[in-house]
Amino acid sequence: MPQREGSPFTGLATVALKEAADHMTSARIHLVMLLVLLTAIGAVYAAIGQISQTVSEDQFLFLRLLTTAQEPLPSFVAFLGFLLPLVAIALGFDAINGEYNRRTMSRILSQPIYRDALLTGKFLGCLLVIAQCLLVLWLLVIGLGILLLGLPPSGEEILRGLAFLLASFVYAGVWLGVAMVFSTIFRSPATSALATLTVWLLFTIFWPMLSPLIAGAVVPVDPFDPMTAVNQVEVQRAIARISPNTLFGEMTLAILNPETRSLGIVFANQLSQAVIGAPLPVSQSLMLIWPQLCCMIAALLVLFTGAYVSFQRQEIRA
Amino acid sequence: MNTVIETRDLVKHYGRHAAVDGLDLTVEKGEVFGLLGPNGAGKTTTILLLLGLTEPTSGAVRVIGLDPLRNPLEVKRRVGYLPDQIGFYDNLTARENLLYTARLTGLSTAEANTLIGEALDRVRLTHAADRRVGTFSRGMRQRLGLAEVLIKRAEIAILDEPTSGLDPQSTQELLELIVELGREGITIVLSSHLLSMVQTICNRVALFNRGRIGLMGRVADLTSDVLGGTHVVEVEAGDVDLRAALDGAPHITGVTEQRPGFWRVDADADARPEIARRVVAAGGLLRTMSIRHTTLDEVYVRFFEEDKIHAAA
Ligand SMILES: Nc1ncnc2c1ncn2[C@@H]1O[C@H](COP(=O)(O)OP(=O)(O)OP(=O)(O)O)[C@@H](O)[C@H]1O
Ligand SMILES: [Mg+2]
Repeated sequence: MPQREGSPFTGLATVALKEAADHMTSARIHLVMLLVLLTAIGAVYAAIGQISQTVSEDQFLFLRLLTTAQEPLPSFVAFLGFLLPLVAIALGFDAINGEYNRRTMSRILSQPIYRDALLTGKFLGCLLVIAQCLLVLWLLVIGLGILLLGLPPSGEEILRGLAFLLASFVYAGVWLGVAMVFSTIFRSPATSALATLTVWLLFTIFWPMLSPLIAGAVVPVDPFDPMTAVNQVEVQRAIARISPNTLFGEMTLAILNPETRSLGIVFANQLSQAVIGAPLPVSQSLMLIWPQLCCMIAALLVLFTGAYVSFQRQEIRA
Repeated sequence: MNTVIETRDLVKHYGRHAAVDGLDLTVEKGEVFGLLGPNGAGKTTTILLLLGLTEPTSGAVRVIGLDPLRNPLEVKRRVGYLPDQIGFYDNLTARENLLYTARLTGLSTAEANTLIGEALDRVRLTHAADRRVGTFSRGMRQRLGLAEVLIKRAEIAILDEPTSGLDPQSTQELLELIVELGREGITIVLSSHLLSMVQTICNRVALFNRGRIGLMGRVADLTSDVLGGTHVVEVEAGDVDLRAALDGAPHITGVTEQRPGFWRVDADADARPEIARRVVAAGGLLRTMSIRHTTLDEVYVRFFEEDKIHAAA
């Protein structure tokens, strides 16, 4: 491979802004966002109903807004865990192959930019849209909360809310990465959308069922050795954590429920000095989710690299 | 002379199939150069190699003295490209589409806007500048593509099948526009499988066949080299053996009887008076006689027919 001259970032901002603008005006994204907004408002509204009935003294009312579920509706957080991947997939599934299908690829790449700029620009553009959507959603929820609960969130709640925003952003980024990889591999947008949705279904629906099965097969429990049971649970957790949904679930749990002390199994003797039910400070909660956050960012980078490698080797015809 | 494009022994394989097979090509500054050949001959592949959009299997490419793989940005900045199946963002207007690519070439929005205005004027799309490209006809898209090349103020314009899918009038307009660009000193490389259509505007052509250049040179030279003449006279005459009658006549390079009473005479000048004189002198009845320039199609057919016969022998 010969040494290249010039910056790989020429044109990056132009591509990113065009991409973001395209999405902001596209009917597809409007539909998905409408869906997200409606479910979010529904979930928060239901949660407020629940909270105002049961509440006594609670230090973290605003966080309860996000995590309280009222049957049959799941909580706001559960909704986001489910819908954010869909938003990301809707943004990314035809990023690269759409360009081939519109036959604009060779025209764009005959301009003085590298392929890197096109791919990275598209990725950044989509991330920009996701960030904007999340921010709107977040402000909306806080607004609703202030309006309906009649009190402002505390500083700590804002901090935790921001951490939650970051976690959601990275989570959506991972799914955007998956969609981008498939959009470079498959030439047909329908195929890449289906492939991404398959992965999404696998992790959302089947992974929680599969991980105990796999763990049971890999580490069978010996009824006479209690340690094997512990081992099995550990293995099962490790397998479950391959799914970004599990990681996101754990992160939201630790951030939005300040009482959470551990994301693994805890033995009674480890709790001997602990004040059960007492909230952790923000910094400790953040320490708790640090590994999960790093894993997600790593996954995002790996996916991006995958898309990059597959795109660099492609023949640009059409 | 000033060589702007040069390839040496360029080879591109797709699997075991050689799409371009040992290409030696030079294009001089200011030329209008035609890459001609039938479908699948390797014209588009050659163009992609020139632009560095695909990597050659072996061989070297120089465009304005640069290697398109090593200095892709500089090459792409100075070379404009009109792809064969051109596509635009259908949801954007013509102006927005051009603005996007102009921004990618590094122009500021203000600069770009003036250039876009001029370019649209030149390809006569000003009236449709703010319409969505989704509503454009094939010919309008083709012209919009040319506008993009103009905005880039490229030194070399590489046009892949610029006239494909256009009606005769649009074809003529587009060819005129290309000639005009050529006159302004822009080097133009264009590909086509319609040989006769572009022969009028090309200074030099290369005839492709299965990834190789069979013939390269000025149209007039090629026709006289291969067919022995630049003119074809079609003669309808009775009671005469034209071949015998024209034996030894000046400028005549070949006589073939296409069907009884119909002859085709190849000549390197307008030989009609001489033919008429000899037919009459031989006591024949001259019914009609028409002259035209030899087309590249005839050159192509003749040359590669011989090629095939050689290959078979
Ligand atoms: N991606 C590819 N994989 C395999 N073979 C290919 C690929 N692209 C082109 N070819 C082959 O390379 C040869 C040359 O193709 P090319 O597109 O350069 O022809 P062309 O001269 O431009 O033809 P046309 O007039 O139809 O545009 C063809 O035989 C084609 O089948
Ligand atoms: Mg072609």
